[in-house]
Amino acid sequence: MKTLMFVSVFIALLLTGGKVIAEDEPKVEMGISEYSHTDQDHIQKTPKESKSTTDHSKLKELQGPFSSGPEVTKACLKCHNKAGHQFMKNKHWTWKHTHPKTGQKLGKGVLINNFCTNAKGNEGMCAQCHAGYNMTDSNFDFSNQENMDCLVCHESTGTYYKTPTTKGNKSCSVMFEGKPPIEWAKVAQSVAMPSRNNCGKCHFYGGGGDNVKHGDLSSVLLNPPKDVDVHMSADGEDFTCVTCHVGEGHEWAGSRYEMLVNDKVGTGKPGMPREVASCESCHSASPHSTNTIAGIKLNNHTKVVACETCHIPEIARGGVATQIDWDWRTMGKLKNGEGFKLKEYTQGDGHHRATYKSIKGTFTYAENLEPMYAWFDGTMRYITIDTKFDPSKGPIDINSFSGSHDDPNSRIYPFKRMHTTMPYDKGNNTLVYMNLWGNDGNALWGTYDFSKAIETGMKKNGIPYSGEWGFIKTYSYWPINHMVAPKKDALECAECHSKAGRLSHLKGFYMPGTGNKLLDIIALLAILGTLGGVLGHATLRKITSSRRKK
Amino acid sequence: MSHTVKLRVFKRFERLWHWSQMALIFTLIFTGFGVYGVHDLISFSDAVTIHTGSALILLVIWAFATFWLFTTGEWRHYIPTRKHFIKVARYYAFGIFKGEHHPYIKTYRRKHNPLQALTYLMVKTVIFPAIWISGIAYLLISFGLGDFLSGIGIGWIALIHTLSAIAIVMFVIAHVYLLTTGHSFVEHVKPMITGYDDVDLTDEELAYLRANEPNTIKE
Repeated sequence: MKTLMFVSVFIALLLTGGKVIAEDEPKVEMGISEYSHTDQDHIQKTPKESKSTTDHSKLKELQGPFSSGPEVTKACLKCHNKAGHQFMKNKHWTWKHTHPKTGQKLGKGVLINNFCTNAKGNEGMCAQCHAGYNMTDSNFDFSNQENMDCLVCHESTGTYYKTPTTKGNKSCSVMFEGKPPIEWAKVAQSVAMPSRNNCGKCHFYGGGGDNVKHGDLSSVLLNPPKDVDVHMSADGEDFTCVTCHVGEGHEWAGSRYEMLVNDKVGTGKPGMPREVASCESCHSASPHSTNTIAGIKLNNHTKVVACETCHIPEIARGGVATQIDWDWRTMGKLKNGEGFKLKEYTQGDGHHRATYKSIKGTFTYAENLEPMYAWFDGTMRYITIDTKFDPSKGPIDINSFSGSHDDPNSRIYPFKRMHTTMPYDKGNNTLVYMNLWGNDGNALWGTYDFSKAIETGMKKNGIPYSGEWGFIKTYSYWPINHMVAPKKDALECAECHSKAGRLSHLKGFYMPGTGNKLLDIIALLAILGTLGGVLGHATLRKITSSRRKK
Repeated sequence: MSHTVKLRVFKRFERLWHWSQMALIFTLIFTGFGVYGVHDLISFSDAVTIHTGSALILLVIWAFATFWLFTTGEWRHYIPTRKHFIKVARYYAFGIFKGEHHPYIKTYRRKHNPLQALTYLMVKTVIFPAIWISGIAYLLISFGLGDFLSGIGIGWIALIHTLSAIAIVMFVIAHVYLLTTGHSFVEHVKPMITGYDDVDLTDEELAYLRANEPNTIKE
């Protein structure tokens, strides 16, 4: 399940008038509502003056009245008559992606992650982050343009919100009640290029909470200080997401399924479209000053080290933690028959984060975390629902990647590694689709029963199930690209060029400063041998000369 | 008939070369060990910068020195010879412990003893070229001009460079130690500062020098 958190903004605003004081947050919170603990304010306080040639608020097509999203979409498509065809191919709509290299069928619609596990079958909840309307289950009509949600990406009032498309278990239904009605005409007239609010509402909350999933995408990026993100900070470049994730025709650059670890297109001439969202797309492959030897050496690094490796020294910076461990085994503890949350982690910005949730289990957080580094060629492979694995072989890599020091297309890349203990099919040695959300009495969130949730989830999606389930440890790897630190905070050479450096686990290639045990011994023997010889000779001279004097 | 006189054996350029080379080699050893990871008395970035800079200066000095050696004919001092070789080797192995005097006195044509000459020749033709060829190869790769070296790989180049550096350290230790043998440390170092050392001259050599280069002899 992807993100839900944006709804919280409105609840939080409603409940607290815009401010939740961290000190007032209880350590134990009854209920399973996912959203009352965040006060992140997604309302743009000072929208930038639009340079658009069209003032949408003046268009008669957008005067309304509208009573639903699809009605607004219909109005949009009347003028933007190619937008529907364009967006129909977009992953935000299709939730599907066929990997061009591996041929794997991927996308949110089918994948299993090691957070809330699967959106498939849980669309009633997860489709809050589908850029469409009425995706209630896996049988969504992807050809109906009127179900596209233009507003979620383009509205600029910050008052637009989405709710689950189905009710879910009765204990969940309280979560999304009591919000002000959407003023459809007002939000429709506000449309603009997507701001960081639009993207962030889903992408900052991946995995079920602020920064839970990525580690480098959090609500801090709504207004980051410069030392967190030089590009997005108002004191820096004040970029929005789409400044880098550029594109045309509702297709834009940047994908973690198929990443480009280096930009083969290059920086291009002024005004030329840059269709790759890599650092090199703007900074080139030799971005350091060639006036110094160190600068020349650093430019030489770009062939083997991703920019992010040195320039994002730590992940989850700026006061919002990321999750590094999720243990589903403890799911289902109740207090007086009711689900609850335990908030025992206080993050940098003072907010308490849930270390236990009845509906999800136990969480471990980290901030200012040193990334994991590995050679990466940009191609991600996934364990999908039909992949059989050997559960005895330690933690299972839900996604894995290739890359090597002798591959010119690989770079040393930073990752966030997520560790999760989660259910799997013990008989078939596959992952499972769980039925998390639903009002059929078999949903995990409400019944707290893994057996029922797995059986229903597998059956509902037509996946063979052995009937036996157990827990398995898994890893997933999240490439780190955001939260680029100022130049002064980039890694010092010795962070890697030293014996116990950040890259000391990467073997098989030459890297100065990391030592060479055999050479150490040769050098020691040679130098000590020479010194010994010299000292022996000197001692002998001393002894013989004193004897002569006698 | 031979005369032992104070002759200027080390020209001004030679002394300048020697001492700047010494300073640079010590700098290179210090920064090189830093880059290799022996110590962290200097930041890696500074070590790389100083190491590279010093190496480039030393290369220029070596280019001048090589030119000088060949144009002045001074290279002849380094031609290996068997004459007195055994005698000098025997001295270091045995004679020195019996209080014997160093058997070799510099001549006009041979300012180094045969063991010394052979060592310097090996340093000049094997160890130094190994370190500067590997060093230049390393720099070419660092400056993005080393594609033609990809068959060898920077790992091997660095290995050769480090092994040569170890050999140089060994040379430096032995070189400095040998200054303490014979007369005295000061006696050994002085010629490389003042330029003058005791040299055996034949009548003809003395006459020639008196006539043509009187300022090279102290009498």
